[in-house]
Amino acid sequence: MRHRLAVVGTVALGLLAIMALAAPVLAPQSPTAIDPTTFQGRPSPAHLLGTDSVGRDVLSRLIYAARVSLSVGILAVTMYVVIGTSVGAVAGYYGGTVDLALSRIMDIMLSFPPLIIILFAVSVFGRPSLWNVIIVLGLLGWPAVARLVRGQVLALRQQEFVQAARAIGASDPAVVMRHLLPNAMAPVLVAATFGTANAILVEAALSFLGMGVQPPTPSWGNMLTDAQSLTVLEQMPWLTVGGLG
Amino acid sequence: MQRYLIRRALVTIPILFGITVMSYFIMSLTPGDPVQMLINPGMSQADVEIKRRALGLDRPVHVRYAKWLNELVHGNLGYSYSTGAPVTKRVGERVAPTLTLTVSALVLSYLIAVPIGVVVATRRYTWIDYAATFFAFLGISLPTFFLGLAGIYVFALRLRWLPVGGTMTLGGEGGLLDLLLHLALPATVLAVAGAGALTRYVRSSMLEVLGQDFVRTARAKGLAQAVVLRRHALRNALIPVVTLAGLQIPALLGGAVITEQIFEWPGMGRLTIEAINQRDYPVLMGITLITALLVTLGNLLADITYSLVDPRIRYE
Repeated sequence: MRHRLAVVGTVALGLLAIMALAAPVLAPQSPTAIDPTTFQGRPSPAHLLGTDSVGRDVLSRLIYAARVSLSVGILAVTMYVVIGTSVGAVAGYYGGTVDLALSRIMDIMLSFPPLIIILFAVSVFGRPSLWNVIIVLGLLGWPAVARLVRGQVLALRQQEFVQAARAIGASDPAVVMRHLLPNAMAPVLVAATFGTANAILVEAALSFLGMGVQPPTPSWGNMLTDAQSLTVLEQMPWLTVGGLG
Repeated sequence: MQRYLIRRALVTIPILFGITVMSYFIMSLTPGDPVQMLINPGMSQADVEIKRRALGLDRPVHVRYAKWLNELVHGNLGYSYSTGAPVTKRVGERVAPTLTLTVSALVLSYLIAVPIGVVVATRRYTWIDYAATFFAFLGISLPTFFLGLAGIYVFALRLRWLPVGGTMTLGGEGGLLDLLLHLALPATVLAVAGAGALTRYVRSSMLEVLGQDFVRTARAKGLAQAVVLRRHALRNALIPVVTLAGLQIPALLGGAVITEQIFEWPGMGRLTIEAINQRDYPVLMGITLITALLVTLGNLLADITYSLVDPRIRYE
């Protein structure tokens, strides 16, 4: 069961990734080109999924939007995994005051309801844009990862192979990089997978509120804002995001 | 227990303090000038300066923060830039609607997830299990706003069973039934995402308990399946699940921002968006403080329920 689900998920994700990479080839039109002859057009041979309120091809926008969603997911998560792993490793390895200080910062950041602090931070950057969303998600997501890594490092630090590495004179960075982190990464990878799915949803939510990716750049979130309820069915590709789980 | 509670409450204070420091300074970095949002174009530069000074915005940020903190200790959260009303009033009147929405959603998500999780755990690898898994992941994956819009489209516009939004019928009498009708869609939408994940937790927790010796003993005694499930398995399986309720509060409050926006629910989520657009910092600070308070309270509640439902756990 788990495996079959995983396969379905990987295939769906792979297809989305191909769609995103090959967007210029796959998309029948430019995502921002306006067809002045038809607004909110019904699906037709020229526009397979119809056109939006200003006459842009919905199918093409949908395909290009995959790029936006995937890059938000992947870039933001990569960013906070790197930050979180470093902070968590330092806190767990050195312990003491360093650990105490870093752990309190994590506590504080984890006490904010995520969406509210994200909204808040996006407004700090002034004009909302794709990059701001990525940076904000990347800068705010790390405490959860740091906490995971810290716990792992704390547990691993006492084990014989780590003691042995230290006994033969390996430097601190070498112990952390070569011996601790490779053994601590499994739960981080799981968290990163869920994190990617979550980041995509957060981007969509932000764009829906007008605080994320701005038109004319298509994103699944801002497309839904445009469409509101009148073209619900066109948005079914959403379902594939579930493959990430 | 009592000593533990007191210690926990004391730990919350520095965390809340840290939250206020962080949000205050993040906000001061915001480029949009709140004064610019308030003045009309006809005002002279001198008037703008007077307005700025009246709001205290001519002072450096640490001075402003110290003043704000001092007022906070005296129970005053400051005054809204845009309406001039006290923040305690503006935020306060939004707390009840948000709590109504999130608590109903929380209860609803448990009402959905627990029965499904139990049934699915006893019929592992059957079509029911697969179907439930599919819908659980669907619930997790679908963005709240999509579900919300789809819900409005189907139940409010097409079937006309439920209202489109708001908390009461305009010009109507109000009343509990009216409120429940208005609550039905937003609460369900907010509950679905949580219910998806929760079903998975109930399922795996049930499976773990069902494999244990005392369940086999109960079966060996010849107890009926229903009794074994309810009295022996479910009670133990719910321990980790119940404690999740407190931890779901941040996600629910976040989800409420979207849900409230879609359903025009007059809660803190909508106020957040308004306050951000108007650069109404005092209101934003008030919202942050109250949501952070709710979140830390939720964590505390999670710990307490844990010791209540599982007597083996003792906090020292």
